[in-house]
Amino acid sequence: MTDSAVGMTLGGHFTYFITIFLMMAGLFIVIARGNLIKNLVGLGIFQTSVYLLYIAPGKLVGGTAPILAAGFTVYSNPLPHVLILTAIVVGVATLALGLALVVRIREAYGSIEEDEILALDAQPGGRAQAE
Amino acid sequence: MSLAPHLPALQVVIPLLAAPLTVLLRRRGLSFALVLAASWLALAIAVSLWWRVHDSGPISYAMGSWPAPWGIEYRVDALNAFMLVLVTGIAALVLPYSRASLLAEVPPQQHYLFYTMFSLCLAGLLGITITGDAFNIFVFLEISALSSYVLIALGRDRRALLASYQYLVMGTIGATFIVIGIGLLYLMTGTLNLADMGNRIGAVQGTRPVLAALAFLTVGISLKLALFPLHQWLPNAYTYAPSAVSAFLAATATKVAVYVLLRFYFSVFGHSQVFGRLPMQEAMLLLALAGMFVAAAIAIVQSDLRRLFAYSSISQVGYIILGLSFDSKTGLVATIVHLFNHGITKGAVFMLLGCVALVMGGTTLARVQGLGRRMPLTSFGIVLCGLSLIGVPGTAGFVSKWYLILAAVQQGQWWLVFLIVLSSLLAVAYVWRFIEAAYFHEPRRDIEVGTTVPWSMAVPAALLVLATLYFGFDTSFTVESATRAAGQLMAGRP
Repeated sequence: MTDSAVGMTLGGHFTYFITIFLMMAGLFIVIARGNLIKNLVGLGIFQTSVYLLYIAPGKLVGGTAPILAAGFTVYSNPLPHVLILTAIVVGVATLALGLALVVRIREAYGSIEEDEILALDAQPGGRAQAE
Repeated sequence: MSLAPHLPALQVVIPLLAAPLTVLLRRRGLSFALVLAASWLALAIAVSLWWRVHDSGPISYAMGSWPAPWGIEYRVDALNAFMLVLVTGIAALVLPYSRASLLAEVPPQQHYLFYTMFSLCLAGLLGITITGDAFNIFVFLEISALSSYVLIALGRDRRALLASYQYLVMGTIGATFIVIGIGLLYLMTGTLNLADMGNRIGAVQGTRPVLAALAFLTVGISLKLALFPLHQWLPNAYTYAPSAVSAFLAATATKVAVYVLLRFYFSVFGHSQVFGRLPMQEAMLLLALAGMFVAAAIAIVQSDLRRLFAYSSISQVGYIILGLSFDSKTGLVATIVHLFNHGITKGAVFMLLGCVALVMGGTTLARVQGLGRRMPLTSFGIVLCGLSLIGVPGTAGFVSKWYLILAAVQQGQWWLVFLIVLSSLLAVAYVWRFIEAAYFHEPRRDIEVGTTVPWSMAVPAALLVLATLYFGFDTSFTVESATRAAGQLMAGRP
C-alpha cells in the first residue's frame, strides 16, 4: 500500500465521488418523489451506484485479465465483476417486480401518485371498493 | 455414497429446487404436496444438523468442494443451527395451515404460485442463515425479500399491493445498504468469507471505511428487522398479506435479520469494534427502548387485531435489540431466546387471527366482539399468546423477559428493570383490548358465522400455542442452545 499516497488525490478517488453522487441522487429521488415510477427510477440509480463501488477498485491501471502468461505481472481482480453480475440480476428482478406492482396498483386505484392513493384509502368507502 | 455430509447444502437446495418444480406442475394439489414434502424434509435436515452441531461442534461445508476462504463456505454453528430449526419448524407448520386458508383468501389459479414463492422464500431465509459468505447473505436476502413481496401482494385487499410496494422500496434500500457495507468490508479485507473477514479485520480495525461499513450494515439490517423507527413497512405488510404469509413472515423474516446483525457484530466486527469505537451501545439501547414503548403505545389504539399485533411485533423487536445492547453473555442469551420465543408466539397469533378472519370475515375489534363465545378455543389461544407477549410466568415470553431482566441486573441498571416491567404493562393494555372485545361484549347478531375452522388450520395453530406454553416450562432446548450460541459468539471473552 505504498502507492496509497498517490491515490489520496482527488483524481485518484474520482470513482468514489461519482459513486457517492449517484447514491445520494438515487436515494433523494426515492425519498422526495411521490410518483411510484419515479421512486423506482431513483431506486435503480441507487442500486447502480453500488455496482460502481464494487467494480472500480477491482481494476488496476495496466492490469490484465488474470491469465498466467509470460510478460504480464499485473492482474485485475475479476471477482467484483462476478459479484456485480449477480447484483445486476437482483436489480433487474427488483425493478421488474416493482413495475409489475405499479401496474397492479394503477389497475386497483387508477393512480400512481402516492398521495392520491393514500387519500383514496383514507375515504370511508375505500375499503368497500377494495373487497 | 452417503448424503449425510451434504446436509448443509441440501438444507437450501431442496426448497430451492421445489420452487421451479411447482411452476412446472401448475397443479394446486401437486404443488402443495411437493412444497409440504420439501419443508418437512428441510425440518428433518435442520434437526439432524442441530444434533450434529450439538454433539460434535460446528460443521463447515465447502460448496462445490472449493475450500474456504476462496470457495463459498456453508457453516453451521450453535446459533444458526438453532435458527434453522425455528425457520423450518414454522414453515413445516404454516404449510398445512396454508391450504385451507388460501382457499378463502387467494384465487385458486394463483395457488401454485403461492407455493413457488413460499418455497423460494424458505430457501432464501435458510440460505441467509446457513451461509458463511458475506455476498451470499445478500443474494439469499434478496431471494427471500423478492418472494415475500410477491407473497404479500397476493392479499385480497388492494392495500396489500401498496403495502408490498412500500416494502419493496424500503427493503431494497435496506438490502443496498447491506451490500454497500459488505463491499466496503471486502475492499478493506479482501475476503468475503465471514470467518476469514473476522480474522483479517483486526489489521484494519477502526479505519474509516470499516466504521462506515459498520454504519451501513447496521442501518440496512435494522430496516430489515423493523427496528424502530425503520419499521414503517411492517404494519401494512402484516395486516394485508394473506394469513398464512403473515404467520410465516412474522415468525421468521425479522428474526433471520436479527441473526444477520448478530453474525456481523460478533463474528465479523467483534465487540471491541462495534461497542468500543462508536456509541453503538447507547444508540441500540435508545432505539430499543423507543421501539418498546412507542410501538406498544401505538398498538393499544389500533382497531384491527392484525395491525395491533404487528405493532406488538415492532415492540418485541425492541426487547430483542435491548438484549443485544447489553453486550454481555446473559444479554445475548436473552436476545437469542427471545428470537425463538417471539417467533413461535407471533406465528401462533397470526395463525389464530387467520382462523378468526376465515370465520368472522375480518379481524377488526368491532367484528370480533363476543368471540369468546363464538370461537372459544381460538380466543383462548390468542389470550395465551397474549400472556406470552406480556411475559406472564408459564409462557415462553416469561423466559426471555427473565433473562433480559437478569442481564440488566448484572449490569446494575435497575432503572432498565423498571422500564422492562413498565413496557410489559403496555403489552397488558393491548392484549386487554382483545380480551375486552372477545369476552365482555355480546356477539354481534348482524354477522353471520360463515364456516367452522378446518382441522388443517386448527391443528398447526394449536401446536404452536402449545409450543408457546411448552417452552415456558421446559427451557432446556431454547436456553441451552442460546447459551451455547452466545458462548460461541462471545468466544475468548470473560
